[in-house]
Amino acid sequence: MNDTVFNRRSFLSSGLLAGCSIAASPLVTPVSFAATRGENRLVVIILRGGMDGLDFLRPPNSEMMTRLRPTLSQAAPSEMMLAEGFTLHPGCAPLYELWQAGELDIVQAVSTPYRHKRSHFDGQDLLEAGTATLGGAGESDGWLNRMLQHMPGGEMVTAYAIGADPMLLSRGAAEVESWSPDVNFVLSSQGARLMQLTMERDPEMARSLAQAFALASDAPGGGVIEVDDSEVMGDFDEMMAAQMTAKGKSAGSAHQRVASFAAAQLREEARVACFSLGGFDTHARQAKTLQRPLERLSDSLLTLKSELGAEVWGKTTVLAMTEFGRTVAENGSKGTDHGTGGSMILAGGALRGGRLLGQWPGLAEEDLFERRDLMPTDDVRRYAGWAIRESFGLSRQALETAVFPGMSLGDSPALLS
Amino acid sequence: MSFDRGLAQTRFGYGRSPEVAGPETVAQMMAQLRGPDVAAEQFAIPKDDVFYERISELFAHRQAVRQAQKGSDDREKRDVLFQKNRKRAHGQILGFMMTELQRRVWTQDALRERLVAFWADHFSAPGKNIYYRYLAVSHVEHAIRPHVTGRFEDLLIAAVTHPQMLVYLNQDVSIGPNSRTARYRKGKRPAGLNENLAREILELHSLGVTGDYTQADVRQLAELLTGLTTGVGKPARFLDKRAEPGAEEVLGKTYGGRRAGLDDIHAVLRDLARHPDTAGYIAWKLARHFVSDVPDAELIASLQRRYLETDGDLAEVTQALLEHPAAWAPLKDGQGNFKRPELFVSSALRALAVPEARMKAAKPAEIMRLVMHPLRFMGQPWRTPLGPDGFEEADAYWLSAQGLGARLQWALAAPAAVMTRLPDPRDFVQTALGPEAPAAVRFAAKAAENRQEGVALVLMSPAFQRI
Repeated sequence: MNDTVFNRRSFLSSGLLAGCSIAASPLVTPVSFAATRGENRLVVIILRGGMDGLDFLRPPNSEMMTRLRPTLSQAAPSEMMLAEGFTLHPGCAPLYELWQAGELDIVQAVSTPYRHKRSHFDGQDLLEAGTATLGGAGESDGWLNRMLQHMPGGEMVTAYAIGADPMLLSRGAAEVESWSPDVNFVLSSQGARLMQLTMERDPEMARSLAQAFALASDAPGGGVIEVDDSEVMGDFDEMMAAQMTAKGKSAGSAHQRVASFAAAQLREEARVACFSLGGFDTHARQAKTLQRPLERLSDSLLTLKSELGAEVWGKTTVLAMTEFGRTVAENGSKGTDHGTGGSMILAGGALRGGRLLGQWPGLAEEDLFERRDLMPTDDVRRYAGWAIRESFGLSRQALETAVFPGMSLGDSPALLS
Repeated sequence: MSFDRGLAQTRFGYGRSPEVAGPETVAQMMAQLRGPDVAAEQFAIPKDDVFYERISELFAHRQAVRQAQKGSDDREKRDVLFQKNRKRAHGQILGFMMTELQRRVWTQDALRERLVAFWADHFSAPGKNIYYRYLAVSHVEHAIRPHVTGRFEDLLIAAVTHPQMLVYLNQDVSIGPNSRTARYRKGKRPAGLNENLAREILELHSLGVTGDYTQADVRQLAELLTGLTTGVGKPARFLDKRAEPGAEEVLGKTYGGRRAGLDDIHAVLRDLARHPDTAGYIAWKLARHFVSDVPDAELIASLQRRYLETDGDLAEVTQALLEHPAAWAPLKDGQGNFKRPELFVSSALRALAVPEARMKAAKPAEIMRLVMHPLRFMGQPWRTPLGPDGFEEADAYWLSAQGLGARLQWALAAPAAVMTRLPDPRDFVQTALGPEAPAAVRFAAKAAENRQEGVALVLMSPAFQRI
């Protein structure tokens, strides 16, 4: 390995951590990835709970829609018209600006290969595993992780899973850093050395701890510090104050901090990031309960755009996907139950944008999946696959056999401009 | 491989304590477990009717605000009163959590506390507003805790028909499409089924997702559950007028058909509890939680057998776990169950023997700072998983950089904040890890620059975090 491309990731895995102050080490200075490799960025957002695709992307008003959904998905005709009479949920107004700027696509009536049982947990596992069927519980790795292993120069790519919810997406052999912007600590370099000593026979724990040291050193006031004894005792109160800062309420809400942290990493050496947003399981009073989760999604996308800056945003593709859509008909409590087909959202300056993708199956009862759910007409993995292929140049074969085994990539939707 | 005094405390309890001796035999563990619930008496939480009363009061304050003229002084006054009461309720919820933590710190019967935590997670039903965050305490204390050594069917009935679960999984708004209520509402407000509770009872609470059921069973069970409902501050009740008329068939057996009632709901839940898939699922889940991510097949089979032989007697199933040699498999380097954050924090407090008076004196803001926020950063906000499936069990999930970073942050700060004087790390390594403390940890504790880092080194060591 060449010295000039010695980044933090290789530093961590080289086991040189013990015995030096991370913050001061010349080895952790990020080296520009741009000089040698691709510049594109990919962000994956998992929308947990099963986002109602028919409420996010509202089909043209019709007698049938009114009958199926008396309190939901009714669009005023002029409101944020996308195409073919489809409109956006009014809670997503900021996304309409992205649409107009050619930085948003929506895929209609898509799903993972998951069918019939409509379990969130299996649905999410399958979405993150990227496979056609589920392996044993907790055994499978994630598709984003397998993508890293097949990226040209992938060993040099830094990828982040962000938030207190490490995802299957990032699980696997390729090294992915996970971090929450709320975690911070101060530890003396002596303490760091001793802690590594206690973990000598537990490589898995030692590796995560080494990452924690490196990541905390990025945070203001945190990390491993070189001090002598007298200083530690003298500054004890100050150190305690640093440890105890509960950042839960500072600097914006949690989802914004996550998006900000992602943007900060992507502006530097990271090329891939993933995180999740929850709250989409709207079984009751959906007109009210879906509002906040959709606002958080809009906020996250807009935060990414503003904090990445025009240049990096122009090289970024964001995929927002959910485990399944919801029942076409409203249930007895003005909400919707677990369904099948739904919507997928693509955002980013790298996109051609402004398009409704996929094929609309119709809402007549005989057109529905099991006479209750929107019929999926395409596979979400295919769009993720093309976004990866166009962003990072992975081969069709790698995508069809390794990243999404058994999936057929099919014709290109030509996502990137 | 048989009973081990260290593992009895770590794997089947809340770890070692400088003040409370660990059990010496399986018989002793079982005798305590089958005996009276001493910890619940010593560190008491009010009876369930007190919870309903307080929630009704709080709700009445809220209603009073709503009834007052918008923008009026009167409304403002009423709102101030409501907010004051809400804040007090929030403080009480945090106090109840501290009470539960104290049980874990001081009990001799620590296995009972672990079982309560396990079943509370199995029947996860976090509240979404102040009323149900309050009632969530009662759900665990009164619907789950008394049954952890009883029959699974009684636990299942108590846990899933409790108003906490009914509201969390939307049963309170599920109405039979052909019920009298639905007919009356026709053209006014929509009324119909909500399948949420029915699905999770099958998928998460009884048979498990690999169990032998279909979407049709979900639908039929949802119809059977109609009528079961509740309201804010009220216990569960059965309203005949909301129940779907006619019989329902779940897993090939017919229920109801005559006058709808709770009996049919209890009958189907008893049958689900006695289903062989349920026995297998519960056996696997227990073995995985207490012993290993990949439990010994013979251990699972043994638990499942005992479950089926005793119609799901959970004390018997727990005894089968403690009697099986695989449950006492010694730890190997770099392997073993990795404590989840709640267990990590609880066992650290027990090892420190944080004085009762100190825990009782903690104010809400401090409890947030010392326990609630840190647990969230570690990935396990107190009894608030993302969904009804509870928290992840796989060790790899918890071994993230961010998770370990948050544990380190807490281990450096919290012990010093709760103890007047931190223990000497050279003693603490003995207290927390016992006679088997690894040489590397003993050395690190001795060589630490100060007590704060020394204590953190012990708490962060694999010997403390793996069980």
